Amino acid sequence: MKLIMAIIKPFKLDDVREALTPLGVQGLTVSEVKGFGRQKGQTEIYRGAEYHVSFLPKVKIEVVVGDDLADGVIEAIAKAANTGKIGDGKIFVIDVERAMRIRTGETDIAAL
Amino acid sequence: MTRPRLTWGLGALATVMLMAAPAFADDAPPKLDSGDTAWMLASTALVLLMTIPGLALFYAGMVRKKNILATMMQSFTICCIVTIVWMVAGYSIAFTTGNAYMGDFSRIMLHGIADHIVKGNDSQAFVLASGVKDVADMATTIPETVYMMFQMTFAIITPALIAGAFADRMKFSAMCLFMTLWSLLIYSPIAHWVWSPSGWANQLGVLDFAGGTVVHINAGVAGLVCALVLGKREGYPNTNMAPYNLAYAVIGASLLWVGWFGFNAGSAVAANGRAGMAMSVTQIATAAAALGWMFAEWIVKGKPSVLGAASGAVAGLVAITPASGFVLPGGALVIGIAAGVICFWSATSLKHLLGYDDSLDAFGVHGIGGMVGAILTGWFSFGPLSATDATPDGSPGGLAQVWLQCQGVASTIVYSGIGTFVILMVVKAIIGLRVNEEEEREGLDLVLHGEQVF
Repeated sequence: MKLIMAIIKPFKLDDVREALTPLGVQGLTVSEVKGFGRQKGQTEIYRGAEYHVSFLPKVKIEVVVGDDLADGVIEAIAKAANTGKIGDGKIFVIDVERAMRIRTGETDIAAL
Repeated sequence: MTRPRLTWGLGALATVMLMAAPAFADDAPPKLDSGDTAWMLASTALVLLMTIPGLALFYAGMVRKKNILATMMQSFTICCIVTIVWMVAGYSIAFTTGNAYMGDFSRIMLHGIADHIVKGNDSQAFVLASGVKDVADMATTIPETVYMMFQMTFAIITPALIAGAFADRMKFSAMCLFMTLWSLLIYSPIAHWVWSPSGWANQLGVLDFAGGTVVHINAGVAGLVCALVLGKREGYPNTNMAPYNLAYAVIGASLLWVGWFGFNAGSAVAANGRAGMAMSVTQIATAAAALGWMFAEWIVKGKPSVLGAASGAVAGLVAITPASGFVLPGGALVIGIAAGVICFWSATSLKHLLGYDDSLDAFGVHGIGGMVGAILTGWFSFGPLSATDATPDGSPGGLAQVWLQCQGVASTIVYSGIGTFVILMVVKAIIGLRVNEEEEREGLDLVLHGEQVF
């Protein structure tokens, strides 16, 4: 099993979800996060006081799939979240040791 | 029948000259007017709306998340404290006859306010400085209870405005004591000078229709002194102190705008043409100032900010306050544009230039805006608006009137500045003024009130 963690632009969330459903992804977790990368922050001005805000809002998607699905999911996210502009985000892939569905006690692939 | 006299400022001076006319005792008791009374009851509620929730939201919207509740609590608590202070002694000091500098103690605990009530109604209207030798009386057409309540809402918002200058760092206990003393020792006497027929500024002929000197310059200067004495916020100006929820600030500014119709048009103390003109010029000056700030910021900083437009509107409301009831729409337009552009400069440049930390620009907007308005009132005043039988020319604008206005402004700055400093020193000696560094970093909501917003 792989945990695929993608940081994307917030407005791309729906596109990514639509791209993942046909692949057989049964669920995913979304968080609103902030961070910085090559895309620099922005300047805010309040009554003449200027603040440089280096952390920009992003959305983090976490989805766990079987090894067979992983490549397709990564490709689908990369395609759906791409705008070609700086700040599109990143995808990380991590090995997952175990999984369990709390309600039934099913484990691993059956729990996904 | 002549209409009961009710003019702030020069009108009262003129009535002094006319005191060869029959003394008050010979006149029939001044009659109540139910239309005027109804408007003043409504105005009173509108002015209270300016403080809670108007100013509470305006200020809370500009602070960081950790201080939102504490900031709202300041406006809310000041509303309660000043209500009691006003009842106990504030009203008596401000609006009884006394001498030129303060009233007397005849209305302590509002003693005697029910004197004219017969069968559930007042048998006669309220007269300021009635039946006193050498002082012209000023008759209204409303009951004294309504006058007292209307003025109370002014006494409430003035100290609440100061709170913007020391936001994020003052001890709550210190604030409570400071506001009690300030209301009694600074606000009430200045209100007496300017608005009581026996006050020296009133007799001199200083024009202040709704509180440019009494409310805004007074609160602005007190705010500046607070900011200087308390010192800068921890981390100012290098850490990010961006407002947490500017939507609150915009809602608050909008409520201030609406409530201000009670403040300015209500200051006619009658439902008449002067009130209508006061309302008109208030709307025009406010819109002009919001646009003035907006365009100035657009040109200088590149973007027309929402906070800028809202701040400009407040600056315009402040500046038109002394002028409403004296000026015409054309004058209001100039006053508005001047206030918007000048306050933009004072809140964004002057503050950084001089290095004081007036957190929410109580001085930059209310102090400076009040001065712009008070001085320009002397130039744009249109005689017929303040004319009475006694003074057919009213108080026309001109250099002589501008000079009088400058004296009113200067006296307010000196008295408010020194008085505020002394009160702060007393409070500092008794309980201290600031929360400690750690508490300030933690945030006042949690440290002072044990609560958190959101």
